[in-house]
Amino acid sequence: MTMHELSIAASIVESVTEAASAHPGARVKEVRLRVGALASVVEDSLKFCWGLATEGTPLAGAALAINTLPVIVHCDACGIDAEIAGVQSFRCPKCGELAADLRQGRELEIESIELEEPDPVLPNPVEEQA
Amino acid sequence: MTTRIVELRRGILKKNDELAAGLRTRFASAGVLVLNLVSSPGTGKTAFLERTLRELRARGAQAAALVGDLETDNDARRLAASGAPVRQINTHGICHLDAEMIAKHLEGWEQVSLAGLNYLFIENVGNLVCPSSYDLGERIRVVLLSVTEGEDKPLKYPGLFNSADAAVITKIDIAEPCGFDRELALKNINEIRPGIRIFETSAKTGAGMEAWLAYLAEQTKA
Repeated sequence: MTMHELSIAASIVESVTEAASAHPGARVKEVRLRVGALASVVEDSLKFCWGLATEGTPLAGAALAINTLPVIVHCDACGIDAEIAGVQSFRCPKCGELAADLRQGRELEIESIELEEPDPVLPNPVEEQA
Repeated sequence: MTTRIVELRRGILKKNDELAAGLRTRFASAGVLVLNLVSSPGTGKTAFLERTLRELRARGAQAAALVGDLETDNDARRLAASGAPVRQINTHGICHLDAEMIAKHLEGWEQVSLAGLNYLFIENVGNLVCPSSYDLGERIRVVLLSVTEGEDKPLKYPGLFNSADAAVITKIDIAEPCGFDRELALKNINEIRPGIRIFETSAKTGAGMEAWLAYLAEQTKA
């Protein structure tokens, strides 16, 4: 397979497994990612690889939610950070000048995980002394 | 059952990024300029690099190369003809190089001591998608585009083109028969990576190599 999404999925499994180990007994229900529009990650490929990478691990069955972040550039002339439409032209949407200063769009991170935990077992109420 | 959200805010490729940061520090303290060459298969990375290594050696500079490939060592043998030390990295099916592969192949490379080098080139696996996410500790990422590929490559692979520090157009000796629209190619590169340095070269005729070599020399002083 020549998809780097499989390597990425494997890295997520490793990272989440480690983070979840701090919560014994909990099951990971969902893993939430932040992925920039320029991160070169194909959502469908990553989801496909996620199934493969989690198989036979404690993460099997966990959902993968991908929050795609648009590209934001900084325009010196206008002094603003602005979201650009698509990834085909890096120009300030306000003045139309080329804007090389990228402020968002390359993210590739695990934002959070949703855990399902068994309800805590309450200690027996102490019997009142008669 | 109760559910709760645990914030992680953790880079997916954190391990690679940390390893790459360590390599970058190591390269900087050894005083070696490291470049990561990325392109599609067939752009002419190897021919361009071979010519670069030859020209650098002729000028008395010390240059070496790590070359990534899925299976063969053909590229390493071609590059070694330049006289420069070359080491092959076979990824066995993996579509990109990562920082760990670089670290591993720097170990036990007897011909090379980083401190004795002026330049270390890393020829990545031919691929315009996957290598963009993997920092190798390089200071300069170079994207190559040949005149045979179509002027819209930068628009099709913005993730990689946008991450590059320099762009090299290869095979300009055959630009005309290929109907290469130079203006359009330059415009497209600039739309995706505004202000990037662009070199128009031919490894065959040597066209454009002077400007490229001058850029390399200038970068070693930066």
